[in-house]
Amino acid sequence: MALLKCENLSLGYDGVEIVTGLSFEVNSGDYLCIVGENGSGKSTLMKTVLGLRQPMKGKVEFGDGLKSNEIGYLPQQTPVQRDFPASVWEVVLSGCQGRAGLRPFYKKEEKALAAANIGRMGLDGMEKRCYRELSGGQQQRVLLARALCATGKILLLDEPVSGLDPMVTAEMYDLIKKLNRDGITIIMISHDINAASKYASHILHIGDTLFFGTKAEYLSSGGFSAKGGDVK
Amino acid sequence: MNIFETLAFYFENQFVWNAVIVGVLIAFCSSLLGVTLVLKRFSFIGDGLSHVAFGAIAIASVLKLTNNMPLVLVVTVLCAVLLLRTGQNTKIKGDAAVAMISVGALAIGYLLMNVFSASSNISGDVCSTLFGSTSILTLTETDVWMSAILALIVLAAFIFFYNKIFAVTFDESFSKTTGTHVELYNLLIAVIIALVIVFAMNLVGSLLISALVIFPALSAMRVFKSFKSVTICSVVISVVCSLSGILISILAGTPVGSTIVAVDIVVFFAFFLAGKIGGRS
Ligand SMILES: Nc1ncnc2c1ncn2[C@@H]1O[C@H](COP(=O)(O)OP(=O)(O)OP(=O)(O)O)[C@@H](O)[C@H]1O
Ligand SMILES: [Mg+2]
Repeated sequence: MALLKCENLSLGYDGVEIVTGLSFEVNSGDYLCIVGENGSGKSTLMKTVLGLRQPMKGKVEFGDGLKSNEIGYLPQQTPVQRDFPASVWEVVLSGCQGRAGLRPFYKKEEKALAAANIGRMGLDGMEKRCYRELSGGQQQRVLLARALCATGKILLLDEPVSGLDPMVTAEMYDLIKKLNRDGITIIMISHDINAASKYASHILHIGDTLFFGTKAEYLSSGGFSAKGGDVK
Repeated sequence: MNIFETLAFYFENQFVWNAVIVGVLIAFCSSLLGVTLVLKRFSFIGDGLSHVAFGAIAIASVLKLTNNMPLVLVVTVLCAVLLLRTGQNTKIKGDAAVAMISVGALAIGYLLMNVFSASSNISGDVCSTLFGSTSILTLTETDVWMSAILALIVLAAFIFFYNKIFAVTFDESFSKTTGTHVELYNLLIAVIIALVIVFAMNLVGSLLISALVIFPALSAMRVFKSFKSVTICSVVISVVCSLSGILISILAGTPVGSTIVAVDIVVFFAFFLAGKIGGRS
């Protein structure tokens, strides 16, 4: 069975449907890029998969023993975080809260995991730095390390490179690709069609036309020129 | 007599000791959740709840209850829960709901006190409920014990849920995806706030509580960079400010509540400058 399966989903707010009849599945090791115009419902879909919202119709199913609290999530930043006094270490460690359950303190293994993920994201030596004083790219890497603490299986990334300069964007994409090669399934929202065509194995296009398939199928359907006209 | 002799003279009285002990306990508890309150934009709720507590006190005094603590506690905690619920409801915006409840409670409270009070000095009563009174100097041993127990409960809850409170404050959505019961923790935070507010009414009165909760956190945030250090620092600031505020008010005969807040403000500016000079804003 697939790692994640969505069947005939309808998404919307206050009784108004934005997306209908959405079906797709993600297998272990896939790299799915979700593309589409602004306001087409990409973030809404991600929140539904995460269980933050209920779908209006249809259902989201997890397979392969994936539990709903084993998903790593990289959200778009909320304004609260901008002046939040928190060290890199505290933020990354909070990714382990699902593992800790009701236990009030983190175990040694959880701290080791946080330390390992800080290293994995190239943040060594920055543990004590204040999160709000980091650059945008560093902040994203901290949040990615936190997401990795929550999961070893699947990451959901909501526009992980928005606001980053081209250099840092490329680094970020490489980092994500490396995680994918290590066996972590990636679902990423992106406006960057070039990146989607370079890194993804599957494409989900949301908008007036729905498309789901492999990158090759998307290419041969003329996706990147016709449907991909929404870049930027 | 020099200052120390005067202080020594005062400290021969049990009531001064009681006031200082309770004052320090209140300062300790109220600053613990300051950071969370500021960052979660819950400070409005704190403010609203203090007005609700005022209304409850008015009702208690009309009913001629000798011990108004239980009633005020129950009403305030219930309102905390209610405010949190309506805050999530999109029909009435959270802020508007808080304003409605808090102003309503204030008005009804004053009305009740005015209509039913047998006291000859109503405005004096109202004033002391709003701005804190000398009641801090008339605490009984029971009050001291009650404060100690309440402080212990708040501290225990805070330590036990420290990591969760951090996570929920920092990023609610992410916490939800990891299976943390965010609503439950928000509720817990609101209930603790309600407890602290009722508790702190004695010291600074209902209008000044927010200051007691928020100033130490804001000061600490100017200089420190991690959640843990900010929390510890704001507790220290709060305790030191309240202690010196109480001592100053005893020596100078100023109102306790406003003196403490004044000290808090001075310290805030000191930290503000320290933060600027330290190259951080
Ligand atoms: N909380 C909400 N209540 C009502 N409508 C909403 C809410 N959040 C989003 N919407 C609407 O739902 C639609 C889809 O929003 P969504 O955030 O999923 O778009 P998106 O594809 O992520 O866009 P972008 O590329 O700009 O991030 C938009 O038209 C938006 O106005
Ligand atoms: Mg979006």
